Amino acid sequence: MKARIYVTLKKAVLDPQGKAVARSLQQLGFAEVEDVRIGKYIELTLRAASAEAARAHIENMCQKLLANTVIEDYRIEVEA
Amino acid sequence: MKVGVIQFPGSNCDQDCVRAARIAGAEASYVWHKETRLPELDALILPGGFSYGDYLRSGAIAARSPVMGAVREFAERGGPVLGICNGFQTLCETGLLEGALTRNGSLKFECRDVHLSVEGRPTPFTQAIPAGRILRMPIAHADGRYHHDDPDSLTQRGLVVFRYVDAAGGATPAANPNGSLGNIAGITNPRGNVLGLMPHPDRACEPILGSADGKMLFDSVLCALRGARVRVG
Repeated sequence: MKARIYVTLKKAVLDPQGKAVARSLQQLGFAEVEDVRIGKYIELTLRAASAEAARAHIENMCQKLLANTVIEDYRIEVEA
Repeated sequence: MKVGVIQFPGSNCDQDCVRAARIAGAEASYVWHKETRLPELDALILPGGFSYGDYLRSGAIAARSPVMGAVREFAERGGPVLGICNGFQTLCETGLLEGALTRNGSLKFECRDVHLSVEGRPTPFTQAIPAGRILRMPIAHADGRYHHDDPDSLTQRGLVVFRYVDAAGGATPAANPNGSLGNIAGITNPRGNVLGLMPHPDRACEPILGSADGKMLFDSVLCALRGARVRVG
């Protein structure tokens, strides 16, 4: 089974990388860019009896390692 | 007095920490990250470096390595634990210290001397440092911007131990090398036995290195372990 995990900085946490990329895009002429936030994308392959079971296990993985919930949020997508 | 220095793959200040502890008069030895039990120790140091290549997040994988269960037990028994730079990041990742270290506001790797004020509740590593003393020691990090949802609560609880200040002691924006909230450079836990800081006292223990102020932390913990009420520095 495959899953996709998106880890992003919480809104209250400054993202200097995102700000630098936003400035660079604006300098390239993309004046419409208002804000950029950069996060992580994780592809995971795992054995699981069902999508629900996979999601529960990945939730646990995010809490224990994949995200630092002090500064990050995460979102899980399990491929049916 | 016996000091253990944890070695993770990618630690690069482990030898500096062993040397610093020995200069202060302690016996110092290395503890490999795969150990699940600690030898008999009086204090523990998590050194600087780039454990596990800083993969995922700085200190994230080190915080889940086999030795950390024993480190947590040592801390919960009240043993003094000092985390320097990557060691501080690792202690935050374990939850032994509050908050997190994020990318420097400047986006640069900051490598220079800073000045630090010493405040908050006494810790074994700082209790012998005279009040009002400003310490000078180097920083060398890319992920040192301290973040906490409520930094004022840390101050109120006396958990902020070091702040970036100018040479006169002012916690100004210009004295803040990485954008840390509240100029916070180091914090302790409510019990006061676990201390983490981004600057490197281990790299400032001998005059030939430009400053010996860092030695005060190592002298202080040895005084605390001996039960000596003396001032250092």
